[in-house]
Amino acid sequence: MKKFLMTVAALAVVSAPALADKVRMGTEGAYPPYNFINDAGEVDGFERELGDELCSRAQLDCEWVTNEWDSIIPNLVSGNYDTIIAGMSVTAERDEVIDFTQDYIPPSPSAYAAMAGVSVDLNGGVIAAQTGTIQASHIAASGATLVEFATPDETIAAVKNGEADAVLADKEFLAPFVAESNGEMVFAGEVPLGGGIGMGVRESDGALKDKMDAAISSMKADGTLNAMITKWFGAEAQTY
Amino acid sequence: MSCWQTVQDYSLRSIGIGERLLPKADITLCEQIVLIGSGVIWNVYFGVLALFFGFAFATLLAVGKAYGGKYSQAAAGGFIFLFRGSPLFIQFFLAYEAFILLPKVGLVLDLGFVVIDAQTRWLTRAWLGALIVLFLNTSAYSAEIFYGALRAIPRGDSEAADAYGLSGWRKFKAVLFPTMLRLAWPAYTNEAIFMFHATTLVFFSGFPAWRQSGDALYYANYFADKTFNPFVPYPIVAVYFILVTLLVIFAFSMIGRRLNRHLPSNEITRPKFRFSLLR
Amino acid sequence: MFDCVDPKSLEGLTWLACYLTTGKHMAFYASFATVLFLLALTAPLAMLFGFGGALASRSAVLPLRLFGKGYIAMVRGIPDIVFFLFMPIAIDQLLETVRHKLLCPDVVEPIRRGNDFVVCTAAKLPLGAADQWVHELYGFLLASLSFAIVFGAFAGNTLYGAMQAVPRAQLETASAYGMTQRQIFWRILMPQMWVYALPGLSNLWQILIKATPLLFLLGVEDIVYWARELGGAKTSAFSYPHPDWRLYYFLFLLIFYLMLTQLSERVFGWLIRKTDHGALSAHAARAGS
Repeated sequence: MKKFLMTVAALAVVSAPALADKVRMGTEGAYPPYNFINDAGEVDGFERELGDELCSRAQLDCEWVTNEWDSIIPNLVSGNYDTIIAGMSVTAERDEVIDFTQDYIPPSPSAYAAMAGVSVDLNGGVIAAQTGTIQASHIAASGATLVEFATPDETIAAVKNGEADAVLADKEFLAPFVAESNGEMVFAGEVPLGGGIGMGVRESDGALKDKMDAAISSMKADGTLNAMITKWFGAEAQTY
Repeated sequence: MSCWQTVQDYSLRSIGIGERLLPKADITLCEQIVLIGSGVIWNVYFGVLALFFGFAFATLLAVGKAYGGKYSQAAAGGFIFLFRGSPLFIQFFLAYEAFILLPKVGLVLDLGFVVIDAQTRWLTRAWLGALIVLFLNTSAYSAEIFYGALRAIPRGDSEAADAYGLSGWRKFKAVLFPTMLRLAWPAYTNEAIFMFHATTLVFFSGFPAWRQSGDALYYANYFADKTFNPFVPYPIVAVYFILVTLLVIFAFSMIGRRLNRHLPSNEITRPKFRFSLLR
Repeated sequence: MFDCVDPKSLEGLTWLACYLTTGKHMAFYASFATVLFLLALTAPLAMLFGFGGALASRSAVLPLRLFGKGYIAMVRGIPDIVFFLFMPIAIDQLLETVRHKLLCPDVVEPIRRGNDFVVCTAAKLPLGAADQWVHELYGFLLASLSFAIVFGAFAGNTLYGAMQAVPRAQLETASAYGMTQRQIFWRILMPQMWVYALPGLSNLWQILIKATPLLFLLGVEDIVYWARELGGAKTSAFSYPHPDWRLYYFLFLLIFYLMLTQLSERVFGWLIRKTDHGALSAHAARAGS
């Protein structure tokens, strides 16, 4: 045991530097259809397909990692992965700490979803949102009563079981839940939030940001990005 | 904004008094200290009330397990096993899920001097729902400590009580209960400390925060999220909890001294083996 | 066994059987092993730290004694969850800083640049080119280390108490027989101490078990992580859509923990009876059971 520990310690302190660098793509894995863990246990979704395509265009060797939403930025800046590609809206506050590439999803409205037949006071009622999202900040500022949950799943559950009058989230995230609720849930309003969704990188990682920016530009130029957005978010989704 | 202004705005924010919006940009150290301190109010609220109600229930459970009939022994033992055998984290989650299944109705409780219009909806709120879980949890842990102490009461004490003709309730009140407390006190002090620590889990599993009113850890998490730097807010929580712990130790040692006041100073039970039942 | 190629066409038990054997569920089942493995790794490591702490607290050297007492007192004052929320990042940055200083002495840029923590490529842990499993193993080891540091302090408390509980007269007698300090420690104190320490350690093991649901906070994909992930409502973007089933998954976890507790109680009960040499330990065993 002792010997094993010492070997581990020795390995930890001086192991040989390696050659090719992998780019580690950090995501949450709980925000379908942006990113989720599929039934095979792998990262899947719009951002998985997009990320893989960006990496192949930028000729990078990419690897996928999941991390809790709460600590997704601290783990990026401390170097546990190299990008955040997790449906993260570009905001001024986040931009102070990390850099964003150009957006790969145009600014699109966030939406309220509520139970059908219930009238909701969007500026005074009880609204659920995930902790630490721009939607949560918006509700807190709007005068409505904010109820915060750690995961997006719980925010929807809260509306269904009557804990909250409505949930505020990205419209694309809510759309499948509303569509498949057999008319139980409906959209109750929209509000434009955030500056589109971009990929987060460390401020000191300018080279990676430039490569990703170039790859996103080329996908925008040849129409593949639009096709991908339509594929995952439906024909009504905004494209470039 | 001066720090004094921050204190006025945020020192009671966790219970809904003061500035409605939390600081969002250019967060100062002062804001972190004040707001996290405001969250400590909830930790103290949960800890004090859970221990207060838990003490009585734990005594009942311990007596049931030690002296009860077949059924009360089984019931007390089963309850203790369930709550000591599973993580608090999972208890919170399951309790919350169970509480939201309850029909949302209002009950009018007439207590004679005051009429309370109780709502089952309150159970899904942390102030009541989480308090109930913490109460049941600490009852189970304390009951096991008290049970151990009851069994460790010297046979002589019990026989002396019999010889004096004491039995039943009077024997329990005059002999067993005080001795049990005296023996259990060091371990019970530990339980109290860990109860306060456990209150940090309330907003981490199951129970959502309403109107951004949460406990110390909730605000620390908020700041870690806004400043993206975990190395400032969490140590602040740590310092607050060291203070709370010192207060608990102080209060409990005062009570402990009172429990032991009849003993000559060289005989004060420092049980040779300090059995410590922790969480 | 079953043909799970087209899940949407399945029904009833076949659907359930296919659902429960998806890759994601396999990861869920494997995570139980992760938790057990963490327990197996953390327990001896925590004992090691605990011993260090207890010995340091008994040391004649003042700074060492203060360090030992401070370490043991630390967890009494601070909730474990607070440690867990920043300890893995702190340990990681510490190791990387040390490696950076050793491996890249020529790099002049500071490690902290604004908000970023940047070490040279060779100092990264694990190396950027390492496979994902290496990263996961590293994350797991960091989590184990964090657990061991916190629970080492608990163990230190118990061991220190047990060492103090060994009757002084025995140690003095040994000294009178001309034994050296080292001999007294190994021949008298150590064998005697266990009788006093076991109930406390049994208790500690139970607490360690109860703390494992916090593993997901340390970035390990543990049973709570997968239970939340699998239980959440699934739309038809998934092969096996279902409503919110988290309650069932957590009930399953509850049963797992109750069984683990029951099993541990039996093992420790047996161990305590085995080391039980006299009335004294009978008292101790009762108190700790």
